[in-house]
Amino acid sequence: MSSQVPIATGRSSTGIPTGKLAVWWVIASEIVIFGGLIACYLLYRFRFDHWSGFAGKTDTLAGAFNTLVLLTSSLFVVLAHQAAQRKDTKDAFKYLWLTIGGGFIFLIVKAYEYTSKILHGYTFTTDNFWSFYYTATGLHGFHVVAGMVIMAIISFDVRKGNNLHRVENIGIYWHFVDLVWIFLFPLLYIAK
Amino acid sequence: MANLSSSEALSHSDSGHDTHHEKMSFWSKYVFSTDHKVIGMQYLFTGMFMALIGGFMVYAFRMQLAFPGEAVPGFGNVSAGAYNALVTNHGTIMIFWVAMPVLIAALGNFLIPLMIGCDDMVFPKINRLSYQIFLLSALVLIASFFVPGGPFGGAWTAYPPLSAQAKFNLTPLGAPMWVIAVALEFVAFLLGGINFITTTMNARAKGMKMYDIPIIVWMIVIASILFMASVGPLMAGAIMLLFDQTLSTNFFNPEYGGDPVLWQHLFWFFGHPEVYVVLLPAMGIVAEVITVFARKKLFAYKTVLYTTFATGVISFFVWAHHQFISGIDPRMANVFTITTLLISVPIAEMLFVYIATLYGGSIQFKTPMLFALAFLAEFLIGGVTGIHLGASGTDIYFHDTYFVLAHFHYTFVPIAIIAVFAAIYYWFPKMFGRMMNEFWGKVHFWGTVIPFNFIFIPLFMLGMAGQHRRIYNYNHFPDLATPELQNLRIIATVALVIMLLFQIPFLVNFFVSMFKGKKAEANPWKANTLEWTAPSPPPHGNFKVFPEVYRPPYEYSVPGRKEDYWPQDSKD
Amino acid sequence: MSEDSHSSEHIHSVGSYVKIWAILVVLLIISVIGPELGIQVITLITAFGIAIVKALMVAAKFMHLNVEKRYIWYLLYTGILFIFLFFTGIAPDIMKSEGTNWVKTDAAYIEKSQAIIQDHALHESETHEKEGATHEEHSSH
Repeated sequence: MSSQVPIATGRSSTGIPTGKLAVWWVIASEIVIFGGLIACYLLYRFRFDHWSGFAGKTDTLAGAFNTLVLLTSSLFVVLAHQAAQRKDTKDAFKYLWLTIGGGFIFLIVKAYEYTSKILHGYTFTTDNFWSFYYTATGLHGFHVVAGMVIMAIISFDVRKGNNLHRVENIGIYWHFVDLVWIFLFPLLYIAK
Repeated sequence: MANLSSSEALSHSDSGHDTHHEKMSFWSKYVFSTDHKVIGMQYLFTGMFMALIGGFMVYAFRMQLAFPGEAVPGFGNVSAGAYNALVTNHGTIMIFWVAMPVLIAALGNFLIPLMIGCDDMVFPKINRLSYQIFLLSALVLIASFFVPGGPFGGAWTAYPPLSAQAKFNLTPLGAPMWVIAVALEFVAFLLGGINFITTTMNARAKGMKMYDIPIIVWMIVIASILFMASVGPLMAGAIMLLFDQTLSTNFFNPEYGGDPVLWQHLFWFFGHPEVYVVLLPAMGIVAEVITVFARKKLFAYKTVLYTTFATGVISFFVWAHHQFISGIDPRMANVFTITTLLISVPIAEMLFVYIATLYGGSIQFKTPMLFALAFLAEFLIGGVTGIHLGASGTDIYFHDTYFVLAHFHYTFVPIAIIAVFAAIYYWFPKMFGRMMNEFWGKVHFWGTVIPFNFIFIPLFMLGMAGQHRRIYNYNHFPDLATPELQNLRIIATVALVIMLLFQIPFLVNFFVSMFKGKKAEANPWKANTLEWTAPSPPPHGNFKVFPEVYRPPYEYSVPGRKEDYWPQDSKD
Repeated sequence: MSEDSHSSEHIHSVGSYVKIWAILVVLLIISVIGPELGIQVITLITAFGIAIVKALMVAAKFMHLNVEKRYIWYLLYTGILFIFLFFTGIAPDIMKSEGTNWVKTDAAYIEKSQAIIQDHALHESETHEKEGATHEEHSSH
């Protein structure tokens, strides 16, 4: 089991570092996954006018607050990247953990939303609208959790001054998670 | 990575590296290795093992169709439920666990770093993870054969509501396990695909420009991109279907506002590009093999490349031709008929380029070349019969008959069997450092290709006679139970058994040659591409000195040169 | 590896990032308030138009696509394009309940579904005050 990094990884025929290039491809593949789900939701949404009755029951305020949380965490992660560029590992570590904190707040609000919806009788199987609501936000939440875990692992590496370029890569991924929410928010919360 | 300096790069390629590798234990060398060649072999052997399972399944249900109601030797009685499970899992295994891993993952892993002249994939650990997820997916699928209720039997297309509700498919555990296995397999190939794409984009040898990349590398990369772009909606769909099965949501349940046709669209939006995902690497294999064994430059490198791009793009516009009788909008049927007929243009152009490459070459009929030529001939039949299915008018009659089935196998058997054998015979010396036996290779070739035609030509005839798919006993239908039609079924089954038996010489040849074959030199076929400049088999790290590329990959029989080949890395 | 030299050309100040964040927050507030007016055109523009603007801003400024190679934009756009292709390809079949010579069995579902909405509306108006109490409980929690 070779722990050495192959020479291939260090090459860069395109001029884009390999890690970053891979993140772009990951995002391209995620776009079609989320895009497929959103397309399915939209098709049903156009077909059934009465879904606006359900859409009115989602908690717009909580959704807006979560958008704010994610936008702010996006700011933190870009600041972490900026700190990594300055080789300021302490700052980068701090901003990464502020981002993870943002993720936590997002998940707590999400948990509150789920609980209150379920208490109101809107469960996973109440109606297809709610199935989509839970599936889309759940899939997005899964990506938030994954991003937080990866970020935590990277942060300790960064504090030691290793692999600083990974801050940018995880940052790009985190911004993408933010982007998905930017679209899920009007689709599920605002449009009635 | 960021701090990988050139001095580190030098120490890495030292010869001391090999001795380091020798000391590793069996587990770290063959099971948990991050070496791209080992991972490629893992994919190859897993694929071959799954092919044996898929082959056994086809034996069982073809015997049932030829001799309905009689016990199949080695399997027993095939009940209606068992028949459905067999055909479903035969299709799933052959596409997702044989064609994909062998054509894309095994060849991609083994060949890409060697052909572009670097030491490994750019993300070796992700590469290993991709194989492990793939293995897990195979285990989940195999485990589903033994759960209560039996394996999923709702066809490899898994149309709901049959696939979504246990009260219809009667496999409460088998169906979700099938979906989970397929979804895991997609994840594995997404990870692998990202590796192939970034490796080819970033890790090419010095001097290797866009038009110096061997066709097969292009094909695998483009196939990976196609896979990545098409599988997204189906990933979402798989999640939805899984929730329908396990949490009783109603995404595809018409009773509660779901739409089963949505699944068909999700599936075929992936399913049709998937055909090209496996076709393109096969086309790439053929390009490599025929140029080497015709000792001639590829007739039109750029044309092949551009037609590949065109095929990739058009393949996203044809998916609904699988659904002409599913109640889709007839206006869309018109559109999809036109696009479907259009896609035959770039593919035909590719075939013409290959034929033109053969013209005037000094052809050597070695085993890989025989398989490559057979691919061209058989795939042509597959492509031409597809025209009847792409046109909505004729498809309404042919839909879901054995005509479709025979057409499909006339494309997929050349892709996943014939082209793969060409690749194995061709790259075997590089993989294991030994030559395969030429005589038994030819026996295997004739024993595979002739029976193949005797299996599927009768099935074309049965399809035109109106024989519908997915029926386990045609004796229940008086107009299909006539002796003439039954004889055709028996011919197909006997040919199948012969074809399966002729795989035994291959397996023996393969494993005996691996240990006892004639030692292969570094470049036994006198080929140009970079993998032949590495020793056979290549050590960990592949190259002693990393090659530099000076010319395109297919410079064979260049006038004025002493040898009839001109390796990409030779300076003069 | 030239990663650091590659990106060091584009170190932005903290202030410029905060400024973009502030614009994004303002846009968010507009996108929440806009639909409250209840005019459909404004809802669409404020909800989805602003979402697109926000997304492009995040992509360009935070993901640094403005200084990235052009083809990364094309790569991401291609992904979106395929989703549009998928959507338009299947919209004639999935988006409508009926068309020329065909009708889907949606009526029964819509009836059931609307009953759920009315049930909840009734339930909520009955227990409106109690609801408010639980809401406060939740938020204080």
